Amino acid sequence: MLTYVSIIVAGLLTGCVYGLMALGLSVIFGVTRIVNFAHGEMMVVGMYAVLVLNQKLGLDPFVMTPVIAAGLFVGGYALQRGLVNRYIARPEHEQFLLLLAVAIMLTSSTLMVFGPDARNVQVDYAYDSYEIGGVLVDKVRLLAALGAVGGVAALWAFFRWTRTGKSIRACADNQVGAQVVGLDVKRLYAVTFGIGAACVGAAGVLLLLLVDVQPYIAADFTLLAFIIVIVGGLGSMPGALLGGLLVGVSEALSGFMVLPSLKSMFSFALLIVVLLVRPQGLLGRRA
Amino acid sequence: MSPPPLLEVVDISKRFSGLQAVDAVSFSVPHGGIVGLIGPNGAGKTTIFNLISGVLRPDAGAIRLDGRDITGLRADQACGVGIGRTFQLVRPFGALTVLDNVMVGAFKRTASTTAARRTARQILDRLALADKASAAANSLTLPERKRLEAARALATEPKLLLLDEVMAGLRPVEVDTMVRVFADLSREMGIAILLTEHVMRAVMALSQSIVVVHHGQKICEGLPATVARDPQVIACYLGAARTKA
Amino acid sequence: MQEMLSGVPRRAALALALFVAAMLAMPLFAGSYVVSVLVVVLFSAYLGQAWNIMMGFAGQLSLGHALYVGLGAYVSAALFVHFGLPPWIGMLAGMAAAALAGSLIAALSFRFGVTGVYFALLTIAFAEFTRIVFNHFGWVGGSSGLFLPVANLARDDLVNLRGSPAMFYYILLALTLCALALGHLLLRRRVGFYWQAIREDQEAAQALGIDVFRYKIAAVTLSAVMTAIAGALMAFYDNNLYPDTTFAIGRSIDIITAPIIGGLGTLFGPILGAFVLTVLSETMTNLSSAIGINGLKQWIYGATLLAIVMLQPAGLWPWLRARLRLDEAKR
Repeated sequence: MLTYVSIIVAGLLTGCVYGLMALGLSVIFGVTRIVNFAHGEMMVVGMYAVLVLNQKLGLDPFVMTPVIAAGLFVGGYALQRGLVNRYIARPEHEQFLLLLAVAIMLTSSTLMVFGPDARNVQVDYAYDSYEIGGVLVDKVRLLAALGAVGGVAALWAFFRWTRTGKSIRACADNQVGAQVVGLDVKRLYAVTFGIGAACVGAAGVLLLLLVDVQPYIAADFTLLAFIIVIVGGLGSMPGALLGGLLVGVSEALSGFMVLPSLKSMFSFALLIVVLLVRPQGLLGRRA
Repeated sequence: MSPPPLLEVVDISKRFSGLQAVDAVSFSVPHGGIVGLIGPNGAGKTTIFNLISGVLRPDAGAIRLDGRDITGLRADQACGVGIGRTFQLVRPFGALTVLDNVMVGAFKRTASTTAARRTARQILDRLALADKASAAANSLTLPERKRLEAARALATEPKLLLLDEVMAGLRPVEVDTMVRVFADLSREMGIAILLTEHVMRAVMALSQSIVVVHHGQKICEGLPATVARDPQVIACYLGAARTKA
Repeated sequence: MQEMLSGVPRRAALALALFVAAMLAMPLFAGSYVVSVLVVVLFSAYLGQAWNIMMGFAGQLSLGHALYVGLGAYVSAALFVHFGLPPWIGMLAGMAAAALAGSLIAALSFRFGVTGVYFALLTIAFAEFTRIVFNHFGWVGGSSGLFLPVANLARDDLVNLRGSPAMFYYILLALTLCALALGHLLLRRRVGFYWQAIREDQEAAQALGIDVFRYKIAAVTLSAVMTAIAGALMAFYDNNLYPDTTFAIGRSIDIITAPIIGGLGTLFGPILGAFVLTVLSETMTNLSSAIGINGLKQWIYGATLLAIVMLQPAGLWPWLRARLRLDEAKR
């Protein structure tokens, strides 16, 4: 019994990090209506950045999180402003192809620089764990989850209380109206993209403590982010977190109870059911 | 004993979570007749259109076409029994040519491409769009798009044509042209028309009778001249009249 | 024939004839490497045409077409391996399976109002789900793969689909040309008009009497069936199947890049796109194995996609067609 609880707890903790990652996608799609097919790839870039900084400067990944997030913010902002912005009103398949091309270039760049082997980052406390009421909790996982929740909270506060945050929400609700009251929609979209990239970058740093990085994991994570966002509900921040938790737990449990290779199957089944029965997601608003 | 009407709308109602958009409205349109449906913004005119054309289902009431109950038919089925409609904001098939657009309508009555093309060309002639037949639909001016929208609906050989604010955005000269076009069409092809409009010039010129709705309810019905003088109608457009002491 | 060619401008018909003649003669002059590359081109072209019917004509974005490739491949291959069922019959079974899957996915989605990006994601989910299921499906070899016995005959056996690349080349060429003819025919008939109307504006189409639901399902089902044919041929050409490659999302993406690059909604676009992308890919493979940088090939591939999306978003064929003055006839 306790084993199950441990596994569920581990799933919940990992799920928090998933939630932060998916949040970036939700924000981008919720505001700009662009499906960021390069989401996972941006995260992988962040992960490799951590790797390099860790090796060169010996810094703990947690400390580097804000730095990586800031770096990816700039990257995301530039990408949107320079490239993606022109495709806002274009047909979906053009947007898809654009971001697909970007994704391919990012993945191949990491492949060229770092090679195909799996890498990870080692921290001193990698094997520590706490025992809470008989349940084993990995220290690394707990810290990562706390970091993720912190990130989500910070983002929530940003959208709730800052001027820019509110402006972005206005754009999402009513683009024309936002322009009419004088909001610079282009800049706000770029900021949104930057925020989305920052989220996924931060999530990547935290995730690196839990998994190995390899150029090819990007696509899996893009897909995972989509599943989480759809299940949790587009445009809903608690939804992204909830979706992340659900997926994290379902992965952990199915990995343990059934064959590990089947774990994604449940996620996809969940996606199919949600899309058919409640397309706005568990916590989303009806379109 | 007057002949039965083409369209009978009997006590239809529609509610949208909290708002009674249409409240037990009844009226009729005679064969080949032209009826205007007017009322202030938000009165429920477009909802009534959507109920008749099958885009929405009424919560209560019945709609009959030529004596046959068509309540609850889907939009494509409504077209099949003879209801054509245009949209308030024109919706041409932009990437297709003008001729192709009208052919889409014509295909409702024939499976043959040749026959559809022939019908389409005839209709384009009628609506003075023949010279634009090979142009892309999204290259047309607004009045041309309005005529295209009407042409497309006409190609489905409707018994009743629903015109949803078709005069909006047109200059007075263009309005007069459209009025003439529709009056001629109705007379020559025996098509009944139900139009909803804010451009009074067009409503008065075309309609044989007018139905006025306000807050989802019918408040007046009759000849154009009568309706224009009705105090309730004036009140709903201009606010209650102040009586001189 | 006459009815099909009416409305096609002279120059275009001539160009097409030249193209067909060249393709027919190719295996006689070209070496086996070129032929095998052209087989890849034709697979890509045909798959692109099948996908184009759903997307280019009817406007429904599917990102999970690998599902139908896989169903066509696995059903025909498994029936051959376990029951000795002739490939062409097995192909029919595969087509039926794909038709069932496609119409089911479409009916479910459209009934529940799932469209656009959400529909695309749903197609990915179904393909991935099936991939994982097949990975654990022992009767078809699971993740270790399904292998067809390779018969070493001196001559081509068309009935049993055992033969040289050249044989497959001609089969695929015939298929591609049939798809071209089919597309041309469909576009001039009511169904083609209705599909394009649905693509442009679904609600307006409905108001004109089009049963949008039925026509969308028809587009998906036809596309699925056509794709399954290629899947079956692929099984007998490669002689080995693995769920992780056959149903892979990478394959779904490969299927759609050629027609988008070539020109969505056009008849010849998928074919041109297939040529361009395959040649590019092969050149890159050869180049990067000479230079030896891992990942360079993909980078250049990605950069090319980016360039084309930015410079010619409508695809290369409309541009080429205008330059060669082959413009489609005004009807």
